[in-house]
Amino acid sequence: MDFTSLNFVVLIAALMVASVPIMLAAIGELVVERAGVLNLGVEGMMIIGAVCGFIAAVETGSPFLGFLGGAVGGAVLSLIFAVLTQTLLANQVATGLALTLFGLGLSSLLGQNYVGMKPPVTGKVPFGPLADLPVVGPILFGHDWVVYFSILIIAIVWWALKATRLGLILRAVGENHDAAHSLGYNVRRIRLGAIMFGGAMAGMGGAYVSLVRVPQWTDGITAGAGWIALAIVVFASWRPWRVMLGSYLFGGITVLQLNMQAAGSAIPVQYLSMAPYLITILVLVIMSSGKGRAALNAPASLGQNFHATR
Amino acid sequence: MLRLEKRPNPSRFWIYGTPFLAVALTMIAGGIMFALLGKDPVAAIKLIFLDPLFNGDVASYSRPQILVKAAPLVLISIGLSLGFRAGVWNIGAEGQYVMGAIFGAATGLAFYPTESRLVFPLMVLAGAFGGFIWAMIPAILKTRFRTSEILVSLLLVYVAKQILASAALSFLKNPEGAGFPGSRNLAQIPAMANGELIAGTGLHWGGVAAFLAVGAAYVLLQRHILGFQIKLAGQAPRAARFAGVNPDRLVVLCMGLSGALAGLAGLFEVTGPAGQITIDFGVGYGFTAIIVAFLGRLNPLGILFAGLLMALTYIGGELAQFMLGLPAAAIQAFQGMLLFFLLAVDLLSNYRVRLIGWGAR
Repeated sequence: MDFTSLNFVVLIAALMVASVPIMLAAIGELVVERAGVLNLGVEGMMIIGAVCGFIAAVETGSPFLGFLGGAVGGAVLSLIFAVLTQTLLANQVATGLALTLFGLGLSSLLGQNYVGMKPPVTGKVPFGPLADLPVVGPILFGHDWVVYFSILIIAIVWWALKATRLGLILRAVGENHDAAHSLGYNVRRIRLGAIMFGGAMAGMGGAYVSLVRVPQWTDGITAGAGWIALAIVVFASWRPWRVMLGSYLFGGITVLQLNMQAAGSAIPVQYLSMAPYLITILVLVIMSSGKGRAALNAPASLGQNFHATR
Repeated sequence: MLRLEKRPNPSRFWIYGTPFLAVALTMIAGGIMFALLGKDPVAAIKLIFLDPLFNGDVASYSRPQILVKAAPLVLISIGLSLGFRAGVWNIGAEGQYVMGAIFGAATGLAFYPTESRLVFPLMVLAGAFGGFIWAMIPAILKTRFRTSEILVSLLLVYVAKQILASAALSFLKNPEGAGFPGSRNLAQIPAMANGELIAGTGLHWGGVAAFLAVGAAYVLLQRHILGFQIKLAGQAPRAARFAGVNPDRLVVLCMGLSGALAGLAGLFEVTGPAGQITIDFGVGYGFTAIIVAFLGRLNPLGILFAGLLMALTYIGGELAQFMLGLPAAAIQAFQGMLLFFLLAVDLLSNYRVRLIGWGAR
């Protein structure tokens, strides 16, 4: 195994890019879960976002509209989940699964005429001479706007949950929906908003896969990233900054195993490709066991449906 | 203005009525989707639901195919339904199915070229064991460390698929295969083949196992204390604990059973219809089985019918693909839609929908 070909600075810069899709999807799901809703359809919303974003970008020639299209696609799909679980009181686990199964089918239907096409290139943010700085340049100033946007979203969610009235209401709804309801808050409307925000973020994350990471459209392009995002929310104990930490950790593992594949490691490709999933499981185990159990931080009403009798 | 009122008891009529209503609604919504794709919706629906059974030109081929496709779906869903009833969410059946096939095929190929009739039963055991072991990982992580079985079982699907690729490319690759990926064709080795038992019906050992599983699950749920505990744990977890039901034991039992059944389904598939271990062996039966379980209302007999219906949409979908040029993905979206409608109309069995005037609020 030849490690000399792995340049540390390039590796850090690459992992920041690799972690964007799961970071966006995970921060969206974090808001959804803090509102007390468990949406297992992240994978479905991501792949719909990936295909919608790809189509929007190819048709308009604008990567920005592509990301917007991805976010809209994800949000529209999440609306189905919202209606089913909030209005029709369907089981959240089953509905989330349905969203993923439907999303996988629909995405491949929508994308069938776009296989093999090239999307417009999402350019780097022009930082001028800053980008040429050694070490700091490629890591801090060498990315496209979505990388910065994803970090900004983490900061905004952290601030909103911690310091705003809206964040307080959202948390109240997630911790005890009956109490929130009796205080006069509209539980369903707040959850609807949270679910759609989660859908939009997952969709945008998906669009980043098809527009930047790969960049083309193939069936099943997200390859389980949505499920890893769900695991990262648990890893993060429902705290925004830890979502970033978790995403960078997994981005790092992904980049490292890809580099090892490219460097011709003695370990067969298939076993390297397993690594992100296996390590996700390992981290889940560590986080969910012992005294500092992640489950203790879970929103108390997570996964329970709310039906106001009056 | 609509208002929902919780029923004191679930409506008997709607418990049986909702699957039919959901299928009808799916046909309408699917028809709209087909129309948007520029296909004649009536012709497409007829092609999917009626022609495989009644069209003389294709029925002789497609009728047996229904049992072939329904067998793995029913086998997997019976196992899943027990868990779903108890609140144990094994959604990684696809991975257990793949591992069952790999374990079974590897056992059989270890004895190649034998003619002993004991090999096939041994492979069946190995297949069930493969699925069982793969399901035990989330089960034990759940009981020991409280790790979410939903996420672990699902993530293991991706791991299983990588092992599958590795099996097809390296350790189970056919040494006489001229370098092509894929194992020896098990269906052509008499000692390992899972052929048609009654000519022209499509019934193979997987179908037999599926019927047995339906019967066994029915007896378990209706007559056995374990079945009662499963139902109790799902409907009233607190009451179940007071009644002395050990939730960890139920997790291990439900996961293990569903894993073993999914493994069996994989084994019967790889020795029969699929024939060999290839990279694309997993075609999603493990996920479609989730839809089948809900369509059958988690009831063994219901699952049998739901499995047959879902198999019909597979065959009909292939037919529509061939005759109308309907994209393969359309039928997948169609099946996903069915689950949406099922979950949506399920409301009717637990709630009464009341129409109240605008002023009455």
